[in-house]
Amino acid sequence: MFTVILIMSIGIMCGYFIRKRDIRGIISGATTALIWLLLFVLGIEVGHNKQVVNSLATLGVEALFIAVVCLCGSCVAAWILWRYIAKRRED
Amino acid sequence: MKSSIVIVGFFILGTLCGVFDILPAEWFEGGVSFYALCALMFCVGVGIGNDPHTVRNFRSLSVRLTLLPLFTILGTLAGAAVASLVLTTRSLPECMAVGSGFAYYSLSSIFITEYKGVELGTIALLSNISREIITLLCAPLLVRFFGPLAPIASGGATTMDTTLPVIIRYSGREYAILSIFHGFIVDFSVPFLVTFFCSL
Repeated sequence: MFTVILIMSIGIMCGYFIRKRDIRGIISGATTALIWLLLFVLGIEVGHNKQVVNSLATLGVEALFIAVVCLCGSCVAAWILWRYIAKRRED
Repeated sequence: MKSSIVIVGFFILGTLCGVFDILPAEWFEGGVSFYALCALMFCVGVGIGNDPHTVRNFRSLSVRLTLLPLFTILGTLAGAAVASLVLTTRSLPECMAVGSGFAYYSLSSIFITEYKGVELGTIALLSNISREIITLLCAPLLVRFFGPLAPIASGGATTMDTTLPVIIRYSGREYAILSIFHGFIVDFSVPFLVTFFCSL
């Protein structure tokens, strides 16, 4: 599981060593292509799995619910930080 | 927004191919997606290491505002904990893994599919796309109810690219650097937090 994180760290080091050369165009192109490929493959897996296809509506409702609750949680946290900073400024 | 539509398009195309058996799933077994995931993470890493400007620009931020990514992460995880109480079919680590996508739907759904299976991967994809879309559509409301930091927190890992324009528009131009910094840190935390919650 930590293979992936190790590979990302190696990537950061490689990117740092060749930072004199601007390769951001190539990298963002490759990143986009890989994301397309991986989501296409994820789609095929979903499509093949009859159980998932049949419960797609339920999964969607669960997904939306998790999104809304997480979003509200992060906004409340941001509001707390905002209040704290504003109060410190008044003092 | 356009690039998000293309990405979702690929997912839908794949789903249709799967449903109608156009491409056999056996082609993609044997770890192809894992190698592609490794290649993707390498590219993400190179992109971070290769950018000479990002780190330098962050020095101008006020110290207290740099706490925002931490608040976003804690708030989201608290929300995920609440969600797991309501959704009895999903465990706490599962909800937290989905929440830890922070609207970065491509990477988080790929990770979760790899470690937890297609079903939760699909939830992660739909959930994190929803989070991005809600942020894009509701940014003015979020500013009104929760202050100017709220759209940045709700945008999660996307605040340095896709949701940056709406944040600048509704929170103000002075939040642009904070927004990029926030996206950078939260983005970086996604692989760590998602793998962590998947391993529980």
